[in-house]
Amino acid sequence: MINLGLEFEKPLIELEKRIEDLKEFGLKKGIDLSNEIAILEKKADTLRKEIFENLTPWQRIMIARHPKRPTALEYINLIFDEFIEFRGDRAFRDDGAIVGGIAGLGGRPVTVIGTQKGRDTKENIARNFGMPHPEGYRKALRLMKQAEKFRRPIVSFVDVVGAYPGVEAEERGQGLAIAHNIAEMAKLATSIIVVITGEGGSGGALAVGVGDKLIMLENAYFSVISPEGCAAILWKDGSRAQEAAEMLKLTAPDLKAQGFIDEMLHEPQGAAHKDGVAMARVIREAITRGIDELSGIPPRRLIERRYARLRRTGEFAVREIPASDLPMAAAGNEDMPITPDLPDLEGGCDET
Amino acid sequence: MPNLKGIFQGKQKFVTVKAGTVREEAPDGLWTKCGKCGGILYKKELTLNLGLCGDCGFHFRLSARERIAITLDENSLVEYDEELLTVDPLGFPGYNIKVEAAKQATGLDEAIITGKGSIDGYPVLAGFMDFSFVGASMGSVVGEKVARLFERAARQRVPVIIFCASGGARMQEGMFSLMQMAKTAASCARLSGTRTLYISVLTNPTTAGVFASFGSLGDIIIAEPGALVGFTGQRVIEETIRQKLPPGFQTAEFALEHGLIDMIVDRRNMRKTLGSLLSLHGGRRQDAG
Repeated sequence: MINLGLEFEKPLIELEKRIEDLKEFGLKKGIDLSNEIAILEKKADTLRKEIFENLTPWQRIMIARHPKRPTALEYINLIFDEFIEFRGDRAFRDDGAIVGGIAGLGGRPVTVIGTQKGRDTKENIARNFGMPHPEGYRKALRLMKQAEKFRRPIVSFVDVVGAYPGVEAEERGQGLAIAHNIAEMAKLATSIIVVITGEGGSGGALAVGVGDKLIMLENAYFSVISPEGCAAILWKDGSRAQEAAEMLKLTAPDLKAQGFIDEMLHEPQGAAHKDGVAMARVIREAITRGIDELSGIPPRRLIERRYARLRRTGEFAVREIPASDLPMAAAGNEDMPITPDLPDLEGGCDET
Repeated sequence: MPNLKGIFQGKQKFVTVKAGTVREEAPDGLWTKCGKCGGILYKKELTLNLGLCGDCGFHFRLSARERIAITLDENSLVEYDEELLTVDPLGFPGYNIKVEAAKQATGLDEAIITGKGSIDGYPVLAGFMDFSFVGASMGSVVGEKVARLFERAARQRVPVIIFCASGGARMQEGMFSLMQMAKTAASCARLSGTRTLYISVLTNPTTAGVFASFGSLGDIIIAEPGALVGFTGQRVIEETIRQKLPPGFQTAEFALEHGLIDMIVDRRNMRKTLGSLLSLHGGRRQDAG
């Protein structure tokens, strides 16, 4: 989308333009129009509130995909005191769609990971429009294991439409890379804070999105499938994505209500791209709070908590079975502890 | 000392599949066409032949029940978690109806059957996915049954074998569905920490969310010949790269060539292979069965 104003913002943008014009006109002619301007600004405020407090899921997706929405590197540079980028998966190549490295946050070292979109066409080509290949996920995992080794917290910024759907990505095991990232993140012995800043595109986002604290910007979304994909499957018509977006319950408020995220961060007036600096400040506070909160928890306990959190997800019913029909194997199920012996962190475990 | 007796003698102990245990594919037809060579096959014969085309060896898709019958020792399966039932957490239009229809059509409650059984006398905890149940997509119940299977295996220190088949996530369950990837992967990782064997068998098709979670996490990954194995759907890839995909793309053979799986095993040798692997991992026969 080239048009940087979104469709639903049009009345607001027109009004803002009128205010600008008026200001300019007053300045040029030396007329005091401050009363008129004040009235219009008040009107614009009301309109802005009205629009942004009643965003539909589809409108939020449009905001999440806005070409001016701050990228991971922009947030990283605004949030952290210093950031040193590390590159490569040590096996195949460096994937520009994922960035990572070490950074300082209030004097504390953290490992930072981010899915990275480009700002312009040239950068987008270099970054593959922010769609990672397996080597990108493997780079992320390498850096996360490094964080575990040096016992520093991990902050993962997620804004990815999905893992790259390409031939080479499949040849190099996209599915395996994602599976391994998820499995490893689930048992990493250091704290992980996930910040979903824009798009949370299915497995490609989950592969860098498992953590102890999930923070989501107000207009970000996280979904099992893109609304376009969902509409294509349901109605063979990708243009009905707006309807699908409603049905998938993928917005931050929805996911907060469903219990998937811990914290939803409000965006500045007119969404994050209107004031990246203010947004970064809010994110920084949330990350700092998160790290403080998690820093006192011993790694083993952290892993237990993370596991319990993942283990809880899912909604199902249980059919009543008359006690007399209970098979022997099922009889003791309810009494069994949910978690098995905690596996040794190094992968070994004494046999009983 | 593991019992290695007899593993290289290759005595095949296939169970005979009783005609009555097998669901009629299409009640109107006694005949079916091979998806590979186009040969016309008598369905009953196909069933007796493990779902293989007699002419070209094409592996037909099997239902979970059929798979159980040709994999586990006869009557050895004790099912787990049959009481878990699918709900409609998002109030997704048409979802309940879809699930009901799948139940009617398959006689199953969900897209996977899990339980404890044995293969050639070696105890296993096994899962069998059934593609005819909503494309064996992974919703909360599938994820829960898989996670519980891994957890039981971790407690019992009994190997797990899952016959995967899936079109991916159950999109009608939204985030609940996506998170099953994380749930199953996490419980699989725990099992791994107890040094208990997990073998995943990828059958046609194993894609997307299941491939990108427990399907890919086996200590040993086996695929059936010709099975579609991959993450992204082919239509999506074609639309993205605006090119026709090469023949054989995302097949088991492709996955083997690219180093993504350990081996391809013909269905006729599957039981024997699994038995050998169980034996070599210290499996002890309960009763030489």
